[in-house]
Amino acid sequence: MTGEKIIQECRDLLDLLPAQILALAREKHPDVGGFGVFPVYAPVEIIHAAGLLPVGMFGAGDKIELSHADARFQSFICSIAKSTLELFLRDEMKEFEGVVFSSICDVARNLSSLVKRNCPELYVEYLHMPQNMYSAESANYARSEFERFRTNLSKQLNRPIPDEAIRDSLKLYNEVRHHTRRLYAHRKAHPSSIAAADLYAVVQASTRMMPEDFVPMLRELCDAVEASDVKPRDGVRVVVEGAFCEQPPIGLVEVIEASGCLVQDDDMIIGWRLFDDDVVSNGDPLAALSNAYLASSVYTSVRHDYKKPRTDGLIDRMKRSGAEAVLFAPAKFCEPALLDYVLFRQKLEEADVPHLKIEFEEKMWTFESTRTEIETFAESMLFD
Amino acid sequence: MRTTVSDEKDYRGKIHKLSRDIMTGWMSQLKAATTNPVPSAYLMISGNCVEIMRCFDILPVFPEINALQLAIRKNSLPYIIKSEEIGYASDNCAYVKADIGFTMCGGVGENGTIPKPSMIVCNFVGCNVYIKWFEHCSQMLNVPMVMLDIPFLREEAPTKEDVAYVICQLKELITKCEELTGKKFDIDKLREILKYSVRAEAGWSRAKELCKNHPAPFDAYFDSINMMGPINALRGTKEAADFFDATIKEYENMIADGMGVLDEERFRVVFEGPPPYPYYRNFRNLFEAWGAVAVQSTYSTVGGTWEFGFRHDPDNPLESIAEQMIVHNLCNRSMIERYKQIKTYVDDWNADALVIHSIKSCRLFSAGQGDMREYFTKELGVPTLMVESDLEDPRYYAEAQMKNRIDAFFESLQYKRLRKGEQVEMGKRGAGMKGST
Ligand code: SF4
Ligand code: SF4
Repeated sequence: MTGEKIIQECRDLLDLLPAQILALAREKHPDVGGFGVFPVYAPVEIIHAAGLLPVGMFGAGDKIELSHADARFQSFICSIAKSTLELFLRDEMKEFEGVVFSSICDVARNLSSLVKRNCPELYVEYLHMPQNMYSAESANYARSEFERFRTNLSKQLNRPIPDEAIRDSLKLYNEVRHHTRRLYAHRKAHPSSIAAADLYAVVQASTRMMPEDFVPMLRELCDAVEASDVKPRDGVRVVVEGAFCEQPPIGLVEVIEASGCLVQDDDMIIGWRLFDDDVVSNGDPLAALSNAYLASSVYTSVRHDYKKPRTDGLIDRMKRSGAEAVLFAPAKFCEPALLDYVLFRQKLEEADVPHLKIEFEEKMWTFESTRTEIETFAESMLFD
Repeated sequence: MRTTVSDEKDYRGKIHKLSRDIMTGWMSQLKAATTNPVPSAYLMISGNCVEIMRCFDILPVFPEINALQLAIRKNSLPYIIKSEEIGYASDNCAYVKADIGFTMCGGVGENGTIPKPSMIVCNFVGCNVYIKWFEHCSQMLNVPMVMLDIPFLREEAPTKEDVAYVICQLKELITKCEELTGKKFDIDKLREILKYSVRAEAGWSRAKELCKNHPAPFDAYFDSINMMGPINALRGTKEAADFFDATIKEYENMIADGMGVLDEERFRVVFEGPPPYPYYRNFRNLFEAWGAVAVQSTYSTVGGTWEFGFRHDPDNPLESIAEQMIVHNLCNRSMIERYKQIKTYVDDWNADALVIHSIKSCRLFSAGQGDMREYFTKELGVPTLMVESDLEDPRYYAEAQMKNRIDAFFESLQYKRLRKGEQVEMGKRGAGMKGST
């Protein structure tokens, strides 16, 4: 397959709803079950090792109209919470074995309750991911949380989820993360080698395919991108920050680049590529996962780490990616992102780094005013 | 027909005044500490471990109480706007914005009313905004933050690892307190402090219980705030324990005299969600005008759900502190658990209706309250009113609209009651006729 073809396949996956994604996976793996993974992070390896396809649940974009969920969630609640609930209320998820949420914010937490109440038959898991990375008990606690998940899931499916299977899944997801890092690294060095929207589609596809099917595609794509000889484009090199949970419409990502920016790095779908190194895949896999979470996670807005403040993380991300500006792209009403913006902004101003905030909603379909804002921002930098 | 409300009733004044006195005592300590520094710590309200601070004579400081007071004194808006100028969004929790704005304007530190804390203890109990809020304070004030990560109560009971994780963090906090104060941890002192906590908790619980009476001796939403300061901020002190003894005495006397908080109690409601502090009195009047009294409220249990029986255990100090933080407070429990709590309130406190005050600032409370309304009206048949405003930001309170909604709701409740009364009457007459043939 050529690089373009792979990218097109990934882009096509973005148009599917969870039930269609599962149906597609079943063409190749007739017995596979589906399991929803609400952002930001969940140990997908445990889900995959249970013989399931972990499916990233990033709302429903513009693919469904809300007819039930907006009566349950008020106007000031983010879109992803509403459209995700809508999927459950419409029985879209009935083929799924369950769904996992985690302690990212108050909305996601209440959403998990609403799903549970409205779908009493469904297995709804909620993980409390550690926020204290340095207590003497953090590692035990984190491991026990993954163990609890394994036990509950295994009971649910009525089959064991052995260490060996989790180790195998770890190896596969290590490969997914490894090649994803390769793509990101190559893009940093050669900003025009892959369009931001294409890379976004590829990463999103990794949350919608069995890793065993995805790895060969991804590897091929990496090889193709690395081998390609693309003429560098001019543009303001930016880091996109703030879209770690609800995901922007792909049109917005396209507009960012079409308006004179080159995306050097971003935090989109960060939970699926959280670790900056491979997770140890021999020994106790749950301990390996918990160690990775505590010690090797990149910064995100939903993980507190007092030794590594995320404001430093952003500056570091900028430096390492060679970016000269930051585009904040928080989802509308996203409390963690909007609160973080304040400290980020302060830090960037101290460091004299230009920045622009562009809020989005998953249903957004016209980007004209955003385009104008970004263009003006980019021009002001280019001709400064 | 509307009930007239006399503001001057002694009972409301007395408990309110007692509460104000002991809270003012604590606030003067805060003020004094701005110029004569003593070890102090920021803490959050929900499921807090104030007893540990007390054990080291560390002055507890609660930014949430600061925000609340700014709002109730109608001072919050300028600070909220100040925060928005540096980048806070209109959609962010306004408690954070008011407190941060106040800090930026010099309210914290030497020239303010609140001391700059020696440490910032983030008891992350339920609300994720807590983490951000204290990260911001830590950065702005350049004071180290200690994270106390409390696992959410995601199953019926905490796991043994949850408990071990929390106890371990409490011990680590104790070490930090030792370093800060130079004092050695004295477990016997903690036990004594916890005994005072237990007295206050028992008092709280009894007071809430007394609202099962008809008429209720106090409003368990609007008047609970008098008890929330002492139980959440001053717990573990003799003053707080004595305050609850006096409160109980007062309310028990009222019950003996057949007195209620209202001249005529016509509707008993359960309240869900925080109140609109900037319009506290106005909002209360809208309910009192209908003779509606809150016999229970969820908001009053953010710090602890003492009325369901939990007490700290002086024999097992750290274990019981951990248990309270994980299990026995509203914030660390799921919406499903909150539905159960409300249902118990409606049933056992004999309420006619549920009132949901949905507020924009606090998604912990509000996200999903539409589903709550659905559940209570459609599945349980409990008349439910949902109104919206904010707990801190006065811009979201629309009095006329609020009044219309509340009046319409009680009118319909009243109408239903009349119809029911007529039907009962007719039923009685019908039964009588039948008997006579
Ligand atoms: S978009 Fe933000 S507020 Fe909404 S669920 Fe995700 S993290 Fe929470
Ligand atoms: S979100 Fe709610 S609980 Fe959290 S700080 Fe704001 S008002 Fe308090």
